[in-house]
This record gives sequence, C-alpha cells and structure tokens, in this order.
Amino acid sequence: MSSRENVLGRIRAALTDVPTTESPQDVPVPRDYRRSHAEGDLVDLFAERVADYRATVVRADVTQAAEVIGRTIAGRGLTRAVVPDGFPPQWLPAGDRTWLRDDPPLGVARLDAVGAVLTTAALGIAVTGTIVLDAGPGQGRRALTLLPDYHLCVVRAEQIVGDVPEALARLDPARPLTFVSGPSATSDIELDRVEGVHGPRTLDVLILTETS
Amino acid sequence: MRIALFITCFNDTLFPDTGKAVVHLLERLGHTVEFPPSQTCCGQMHFNTGYRPEAMPLVAGFVRTFGGYDAVVTPSASCAGMVRDSHPVLADQYGDDQLRREVGELVPKVHEFTEFLTDVLGVTDVGAAFPHRVAYHPTCHSLRGLRLGDRPERLLRAVRGLELVDLERPDSCCGFGGTFAVKNADTSAAMLADKTGEVTSTGADVLCAADNSCLMHIGGGLSRQGSAVRTMHLAEILASTEGDPR
Amino acid sequence: MSGTMDGRGVVFLGSPAFPDAARTALADTRLRTNLRRATTTIRDKRLQVTGELDDWEDLRAAGEAVKRRTLRHLDVHLLRLEESVTRAGGVVHWAADAAEANRIVTELVRATGGRDDETREVVKIKSMATQEIGLNEALAEAGIAAYETDLAELIVQLADDRPSHILVPAIHLGRAEIRDLFATEMARWGRPAPEGLTDDPAALAEAARLHLREKFLRAKVAVSGANFACADTGTVAVVESEGNGRMCLTLPETLITVMGIEKVLPSWRDLEVFLQLLPRSSTGERMNPYTSMWTGVTPGDGPRAFHLVLLDNGRSDTLADTVGRQALNCIRCSACLNVCPVYERTGGHAYGSVYPGPIGAVLTPQLVGVEHAASLPFASTLCGACYDACPVKINIPEVLTHLRAEVVEAKRAGRRLPSPEALAMKAATAVLVSPARLGYAQRAAALGGRALARRGRIGRLPGPFRGWSDSRDTPAPPTESFRTWWRKNREGEQG
Repeated sequence: MSSRENVLGRIRAALTDVPTTESPQDVPVPRDYRRSHAEGDLVDLFAERVADYRATVVRADVTQAAEVIGRTIAGRGLTRAVVPDGFPPQWLPAGDRTWLRDDPPLGVARLDAVGAVLTTAALGIAVTGTIVLDAGPGQGRRALTLLPDYHLCVVRAEQIVGDVPEALARLDPARPLTFVSGPSATSDIELDRVEGVHGPRTLDVLILTETS
Repeated sequence: MRIALFITCFNDTLFPDTGKAVVHLLERLGHTVEFPPSQTCCGQMHFNTGYRPEAMPLVAGFVRTFGGYDAVVTPSASCAGMVRDSHPVLADQYGDDQLRREVGELVPKVHEFTEFLTDVLGVTDVGAAFPHRVAYHPTCHSLRGLRLGDRPERLLRAVRGLELVDLERPDSCCGFGGTFAVKNADTSAAMLADKTGEVTSTGADVLCAADNSCLMHIGGGLSRQGSAVRTMHLAEILASTEGDPR
Repeated sequence: MSGTMDGRGVVFLGSPAFPDAARTALADTRLRTNLRRATTTIRDKRLQVTGELDDWEDLRAAGEAVKRRTLRHLDVHLLRLEESVTRAGGVVHWAADAAEANRIVTELVRATGGRDDETREVVKIKSMATQEIGLNEALAEAGIAAYETDLAELIVQLADDRPSHILVPAIHLGRAEIRDLFATEMARWGRPAPEGLTDDPAALAEAARLHLREKFLRAKVAVSGANFACADTGTVAVVESEGNGRMCLTLPETLITVMGIEKVLPSWRDLEVFLQLLPRSSTGERMNPYTSMWTGVTPGDGPRAFHLVLLDNGRSDTLADTVGRQALNCIRCSACLNVCPVYERTGGHAYGSVYPGPIGAVLTPQLVGVEHAASLPFASTLCGACYDACPVKINIPEVLTHLRAEVVEAKRAGRRLPSPEALAMKAATAVLVSPARLGYAQRAAALGGRALARRGRIGRLPGPFRGWSDSRDTPAPPTESFRTWWRKNREGEQG
C-alpha cells in the first residue's frame, strides 16, 4: 500500500464519528465577523497604520509623483534603483540617475549590490497597514523587492481597501503574493524589536491621490 | 423556593465558618436554607486527577441529594464549575439516560454563592459592614470557569466601611490547581511566591476570594512568610455586620 | 539539537518528567527573569491588538468552525489540495511518519544534482513540522547541512541547544549569551561575526544578516513548513517577520515544503479569518511584516520546482480521539504559552518536546502516546488562561483532563497492583460516598491535624505532602465540621 493510501485510510478510519452523508459544506462556519474594521477615511487610516510599523509614508498628488519620488530617494542618498517593467515612466524623476531594468533578469549578486528598488503595488490594506505585491506591472518578480536594502512602493489611493477580507477577495491566488507590513523586523533577542534583518531595511510608501 | 446549601467536602471539613456565614447571611436576607445531610463531594479531585470512574458514585450521589431543590447554592466557584462543566461530561461518558437527564436538569439550578446573591436573589447590598482594607483575588474558576465578572466586586463595594484595593496581575493563577500543588510542588511554589508578593504589596488587611482552596494555598504561603494578611472567604465578609463583626 | 525520536517519530526527550525538569528550570533565576519580561510584553501587545477588534469573538468562532470543517473531512480536503497543487506545477508527496518524510526530503535534495557543494546544503525557514521529525539531524546523517535562517533558530542551532518557545525559540537566552555565541560559533558555519561585535540587538541582527546572506545567495534548495494551504486553489502560505522566509521561498531553484496534514484549509477565502487571528495572537501585531503565498510554480519568478510533503506522524491517531482532536486546530501562534502561568515559570525545555506550553501538554502526549508523556497533562493548574487566549478555541483544560484520565487508565492497564495514588483515590471515594464515613474522617482529621499543629497551623510534613508543606502552612482542621455545627444549631441535636 502506498503512503498516500495508508495516510488517507488512517484518516478515514479516524473519522468514524462523522456521518457518511455529511459533506464539508454541511459543517457550518459562522461568518459573523466584519468584512472590514476600517472606520473613517481609508487613505488616512492606511497612512497611519503603515507609519506604525516605522515605515515612512509620503502622500502626494499623482501629478507630482516624479518630483516626490526624486526628492524621497535623494533624501536616502540614492542615485540608482531597479525599476520593474510596467512602472509608469512618467513617475520617474529626471536627472542624473540610473534605472536598472530586470531584462534580462538581474542576478542575485547584482540585485544585492544595487541597493534600491521602486515598485507599484497590487493593493493596500488600511486596517493592517499592509501593501500587497502580486508580481503585476511595475512590481516585477519577488526577488526584486527582497534583495535591495531599500524599497519605495507606490500605492494609488484607489488601490487601498479596508481590511483583509476585502483584500483577499480582490487578489488572484494563482499569482505569487507578498504581503508587506513595514520593513523586515525581528524580536528574537529579548523581544527587543529590531527593524531590518533580511528584507529591505528601509520601506518608504508613497500614496498617490488624484485631484478631481 | 427551596434552597439547599452545598457546603462542599473541603469547606465542611476545613472551613466550616464559611458555611455558617452563608447560612447566616441568607437567613438575614429572609430565606430558609436547608442542609441535605447526605451530601459529600462533587468529585472534582478525582475528575481533575484522571480518576473518572471513581468520581461517578459522587456524581450520582450529588444528583440524589440535590435533585429535589429549586436552587443549590455553594460557596465554592471551583465546585460549582465542576458540577456545571464536568458532571455532564461524566454522565455522558459513564452514565445511563436517567443520570444524563437528571444531571441536565440539576445543573442550571446550581449557583455559586455570589451568582446566587446577584442573579437569583437580585441583591448587591446585603447590609454588611467590614471596616478593613480588602483585596479580592478572582480565582481561575471564578474568573474563567464561571465567568463571575464583577459580581464579587459589586457585592464588596456595597459593604459598609470596606476599602477595596486592587491586586496586581489579578487574573494570574495562584498556583494551587488541586493535586497540581502536590505533583508539581516546585512550580506551584514559584507561582505562590509571586502571588503572595502581589498580595502583600497591596497593603490589604484581608485577602478574600470565592474559593477557600486557593485561599488556603495563598494563606498558607503568607502564614509561612509571617505575613499579617488574613485570608477570608467572601461570604464571611458579606455575613459580617456592625453587630456581628468578623 | 540533542533530541531522541520516540517510536512514532516525534522528537521528544520524555525524560526527565516535567516536575523534575521544571525544578531545574525554576532554579535558573535569569531564565525566570527573561521569561517573565518576555511573556508580560507579548501578553500586553496581544491584548491591545485583539481589543481593537470588537468582533474578535466572532473571528475566533469562525476560526474554530473552519478547523472543524477541515478536520471532519480531512481526506477530502487533502485530495483536493493534492489536485490543486499538482495542477499548478507542484509535486505532492505523502509521509506516514517522520522516517518517511525525512527520506523523501533527503532524496529530493539529492536529486537536485549539480555540484556537490551546492546540493550538500539547504536553507531552512523555521518550521515546527521539520523540528518535530528531526529533519536537520536526518539530513546531517545524509551529509547534507541544513542551515536555519530564522534569527532565533540560528541562535539555537549555533548553540546546539533546543528551542524553548514556538514563536521565539531563543526566548531563554539573553543578549550577552547570544553575542558570545555569535563571536565564537559563526565562523565554524560560514561568515564570521564582525570584529568587536556588541550585544546590541541591532548589531546582533546585522551580524546574522551578513552571515546568512551568503547562504541565501548561493542556496539551490530551501526547506520550509507551511502555515496554511488552501485546498481549492493549492495556495500555500508562510507567515514571518524577518524576510528569511522570503529569501528561502524566492531565491533557490527547488522548494520543499513539509506540512502537517491538519494545516490544510478548505478554501482560499478561509485565509481571511486566519490572517487576522494569527498575527494578532502570536506577535501581537495587526499584521506580521511578511506573508508569502504561492501556488505551484511561476515561470520566471521563484523556484522552478516545488514539492509539498504531507506529514501524518501521529496526527491521524490524534484525529481519532473526538475530544483530543481539537488540538489539531492549532495554528502555532503560541498565545497559550505566553499567557500560561506554568510556562512563565518553567520555560519551554521542561516540556521535553518541540511543542512546549499548554498546547504541547495536549499535543505531545497525543502524538507520542500518553504512556510516553504521562507527566505532561498534569503540568497545568487548569487555570484556563490558554483557552481564553486560543484564537481557534482549543479547550485545552478539557483536553488536559481527558488525557489525565487516559494516563490513569494506561497506568492501570500496565500494572498488576494499583499505584499508591490510585489506592488513595479509591479510598477517598469510599469515604466520600458515605456521609457517615465522611463524618468519621473529619473527626479523625481534626484530631490528627490538631496533634500536628502549632497555634492552629500545620508546618512542614514528610512524605508526599513535603512539596506542599515546604512553602505553605496548612490550617489545622477545626474541632467541629460544618455538618456537626448544623446538626447542633439548626436541627437542635445536643452535642
């Protein structure tokens, strides 16, 4: 007997108390919890919660994107960054800067050495202060937002949802997903929180709003 | 309403004053209390130590003794919890249909003492007087077992002259745990040491609770340390009056 | 890690029994200070973030119900998961026990080929399942080095120590010890610690970052556990903080995930419950820094090969116990450890298992058999703090008393003569079934107690009550029991 049949057989033998007529859907799951715990303005809440993780939050009008990104990375002393395909070119600041494309794919050592990446996001979650990356346009493959020590993530205000249930309903599970809530952190030494272990140690989040 | 007192074997043997206090207080409030003499023990020690078959005669005896009453009141949160939560488990596991039915009917009539005062009799001010600094220790069975909430504090706040002081980390277990205190004596003692420290730092004259078992453990630690803090069951404070102080 | 496997393949020390192991731990005052501080900090954070959600109880109820739905039809969900993962380009393996899981992983690592020095090492994400089966030791025997990449696991691995907490495995160690460890041990495994390393946690984290980065960049194979796997979509989720998980899940060519069979969730949608319950219960955060989710393989992004090993290893036995089954609800948040008054004093090593604390006291005996872990169900005061904290509502006190009864029955079955405790319990019942006998016993106790007492208090006692009486006085039983008083005062009987 294969292990597969063995394990399945043991499971079935363990469940003799379950009536054979019962199907999984017959076991009730009360979903009385809220779809969202967000109150008030979603963008304000998102900005507040992201900042709680000691990430830096900048808000700007979409027309000022390039200017604000330029100022932000200059403030970090950076002159080059990886920019994934699909990142809106009009958001890239002009001037003496190097934008690296991931085509052909950059090697891990190169990514490690570059030190900075600019991306968009799939969505933001207000209550938890989370940005979600799904490798869509402007986000690139997962390694791009992992190896560089600095990540600037641009979230458009209309991408911000209230809470986790709303976020999952919008996401495609077939895509590789990364939920990012602040910079990499550890509390493993005497529960003293230290930002930055392996992931980007600095996370700047730029929220772009559109003036109607 | 026919009210029976379930004194519990532990109080019966070691803390009869608690039972007397319950009787005096309920009589003062105008009720007649009966003491069915066939009562003994709820079987908690057996159940919690893993001796379930040995607890069965005690469950059956409990049902026989108290089946005919409208209300059963007990000055022990842990024994009330045993009856409420574990008698049905035992009846399911080892009993027949009749025992299951009788346990099911009796359980809702069994009330811990403060529940009985606040929920059944609807009183908070029982006319007591106790001019002392008092700390209340919510025992695990009061707090998380029966979920007595603020019932004990409401009763204590209505006592004339009583100053209620807060205990640090009130929700932490004192380390008694029945046979735990014997089987894991070192861990129990470490928990006790923290608890007695917290009690002493309140500056209270008296520590009270709804379980004499935990009080015996904490009081035993305080006594060994030479502390002047007295331990008293809540019922004894509520029974205390200007004319009959305790 | 110096553990031994029991017959069923769970790393479990089993000896010394809990009370003895606890005594050793209690004597370590620095450990107690570390634990008190750490557990108090996490408790407060957890209460704060769970208190933010006014429907926390509804979320717990949903979490419990999803787990009930999962477990009652576990075979159906696992088959569906297998189908979904396979459709997405993953390969599913089934392991009945630890030995089989270790063999599967070892063979998969070997099959990745390449240069010897590349395939003889794997990077690992902290995983309870692989600790449970002793995977690192099995890989080492096959000549494959397994590098733990979670900071605390790295610390424990460098120290050749055992984890003492599910979430914070090095909770028992202080910063100075960790500094010394890094300074002396890192060089043996790869990049040495920087010169002049201080015990500042930020400096220690930086040392770990540098030490591990070279391993991440060259790793060809990663081994992970899984927090959740959705049967309908085949999506697997890993929840973490440091980014070491993302490194392992993203950079190597091959990813091998070892997952307990109970971790499957019926649907993708169910994650909306657990991604709220888990971070708030475990680290006391609204959300942990990183959560990775992947479905099979994605061309051009992440590993080219994904293997999912479904591990039974005693779980189907646990499933067969309709009371004990709920222990399989566990999502390894460790909230029960952090609120447990026993764990707070003893720490995790006293439990002798990779699963310490209240959940360990109910899970370990079920995985290894109660007869092998007989002291664990008694390592609790039944205070109930764990049940209140549990995000999936495992009634740990209920399972503890259930397992205590199993321990007693197993001991009864295993001996011809009853134990002293069993005799005492039987004798107690014999007295307590009869009010008359209870009355006699009370009079005897009053006489005996008074003989032992001084000024109404009984001091130190010999024998089984030594442990009790070493730190407490006991009141001498009063001369008159309540029932005697009642007879005299309410029934008019003359004394």
